[in-house]
Amino acid sequence: MTQTPATQNPTGTTTAGATASSQKPGQRPSNNRTVGRSVASFMKLRELPVTAALIVLVVVTYAANPLFLSPQGIKDLLLNATIIIILAVGQALVIITRNVDLSVGSMLGLVAFGTGTLFQVMPDIPIIGAFAVGMLFGAVLGAVNGLLVTVAKVPALVITLGTLYIYRGLNNAWAGGTQYFADDRPAAFGSLSVDTVLGFPLITLIAILVVIAVALYMVGTRPGRDLYAIGSDPDAARLFGIPIGRRVFLVFLANGVLAGLAGVLYASRFNSVGANTGLGMELDVVAAAVVGGVAIFGGSGTVVGAAIGAVLLTTITSALTALRVDKFWQQAIVGVLILAAIIIDRLASIRTARKLRVSEARDV
Amino acid sequence: MSDTLTTAPAPTPDTSKTIAAVPKGRTGAARILLGRDAIMIYVLVAFVIYASIAIPRFASPVTVGFLLLDVIPVLLIALPMTLVIITGEIDLSVASIAGLTSALMGVLWAAGWDIGLVLLVSLLAGVLAGAFNGFLVAVVGLPSLAVTIGTLALFRGLALVVIGDNAVANFPPELTSFVTSKIGSTGIPTVMIGVVILALFFGVLLHMTPFGRGLYALGFSREAATFVGITVNRAKFWLYVGTGSVSALAGIYWTLRYSSARSDNASGLELTVIAAVLLGGVSIFGGKGSIPGVIAGVLLIGTINYALRLGRISDVVLIIVTGSLLIASVVAPSVFDALKRWQHDRRVRRSLPQAALGNQPTP
Repeated sequence: MTQTPATQNPTGTTTAGATASSQKPGQRPSNNRTVGRSVASFMKLRELPVTAALIVLVVVTYAANPLFLSPQGIKDLLLNATIIIILAVGQALVIITRNVDLSVGSMLGLVAFGTGTLFQVMPDIPIIGAFAVGMLFGAVLGAVNGLLVTVAKVPALVITLGTLYIYRGLNNAWAGGTQYFADDRPAAFGSLSVDTVLGFPLITLIAILVVIAVALYMVGTRPGRDLYAIGSDPDAARLFGIPIGRRVFLVFLANGVLAGLAGVLYASRFNSVGANTGLGMELDVVAAAVVGGVAIFGGSGTVVGAAIGAVLLTTITSALTALRVDKFWQQAIVGVLILAAIIIDRLASIRTARKLRVSEARDV
Repeated sequence: MSDTLTTAPAPTPDTSKTIAAVPKGRTGAARILLGRDAIMIYVLVAFVIYASIAIPRFASPVTVGFLLLDVIPVLLIALPMTLVIITGEIDLSVASIAGLTSALMGVLWAAGWDIGLVLLVSLLAGVLAGAFNGFLVAVVGLPSLAVTIGTLALFRGLALVVIGDNAVANFPPELTSFVTSKIGSTGIPTVMIGVVILALFFGVLLHMTPFGRGLYALGFSREAATFVGITVNRAKFWLYVGTGSVSALAGIYWTLRYSSARSDNASGLELTVIAAVLLGGVSIFGGKGSIPGVIAGVLLIGTINYALRLGRISDVVLIIVTGSLLIASVVAPSVFDALKRWQHDRRVRRSLPQAALGNQPTP
């Protein structure tokens, strides 16, 4: 995680620089300095503020109301966070490339209703088959977004605002007044969100696996690093020879797959799926990513941060209830949190920029 | 493709003629009659004519009345939103400001305040909310997309704090009936007079004042705008105050029109407004767009909406139509551009046989 680019550098060299410096720690023989450097790079982690906020929130709430961290309490916290974690990971990928996908709520709704329908039509389909169908469906929806963004070269905000409406409309047309309830689905499918392993519900484990897999991909692979370069400076990335169109298309596709996965899990977790499933979720997801330190203009942030942001946003609701804060305050507090995240991010980037200037001046 | 042109050997007199024959841009009447706004207006007029013929009961004063009453909130907020998007920024918190205003109105009225004072304070709340956005974007310099997602949650949250899940409905009947009243027998709501004045205000501000022209410069390039002498931050700050105030007006209108103050009034309206503005030809990158185009865009969505409902087609199709229109309106120009470039290349190749033979460009 030390490779997190700490700033948006207009020349797009940040990612390359950060990677290089963290890959060659052996060049500095002094042990002391290595420790100092790793502490410094730890302090610069973009996930740090959000993680600290999450820990403070949990500790304070636990002190006030020990029931908050009872096994059942923890399970509820994790279950509430699961779906938004997966969506936030996908959204982080998109935002890192300086795009945005507003259609995730609609994609989730379509896939969740599709899953309900699938079990209705083919009650005997294996659960793994339902996952495959759902993710494939999500992939198709994401690919439409990706094609429109990369081929027509129209900003993602506009395209995905359009597909937000279109997918929701299709969902309404398909579902009409129909709703599918948990009884219509096999018991084993529903128990995915009831059974636990080591206190973790199964669907949360799926989400954690997704976070780890995508995080490793972003840190360790060439295409993963390319995404940061694209978000930092698209022109520089193009000159560097990165196939921007293909990468961005695949990012939208991946986001669609993850939204599809989240849709299937939604059908497992919640009792009913219908025309309005996932309505208005898109801004929560973007907010989770932003709170988690993914800069809205791309080029920096990590999927782990986005996932922690998602946990923080969902935990706040439970924590405020546990603290007996008036439930009407919750949304306002979420708003303040988002603003705080952006301001902290801004302060950090100003500090880094100043440091870079100083060190560059010294090198000259 | 232009590379092929410049590297082509032995430029002949033909070349300059070909280049000169390519129109650089339209001027005079052609510019007004063939521009993006005009096309939007033609589409609107064509659709209204089609609907009047094909859909029974469409062409009546009742239609005009209900249609306009429905689109007024979007129309109002779209005006300042146009200016904001032209500068390359965005404001997602408008619907939440409207909701906050509505909640505040309900609580103050229920507390027994004088209605005039209630309206004034509610409007002031919108101004303050806009100024808060403006402060964060223009003074602190934060990205507007992120800031207004935050204030979207914050203002809606404050609306909940103010009014909870109560609803206030007993507004003075003379005021609520004034809002839905029509001018004579035309079917046009009386409130439209105010909306038209506001539209004229923003139209003149954007198109005919140095401030407004400066916004286009600002949308193209922040640095250039600074050098030209535009005080970038002050302009942005006042634009957000503008969206805040007009959103408050829309919130007040919404409350009186439906005679109900609730915390979730106008929720989700921000995306409708932005869709309408973009459909009206404003570029999300900034620097391009106009008030007449946006008004045509808003009215087009409203009319299609109303016509579909009269034709007993469900709201379902409506959102699909809105989304498809939005995508078509942004994809069409880039397809059109690509076609034009292809045509131009073909013409150049035909008139330059040497270039075509020696340096065969692949389309």
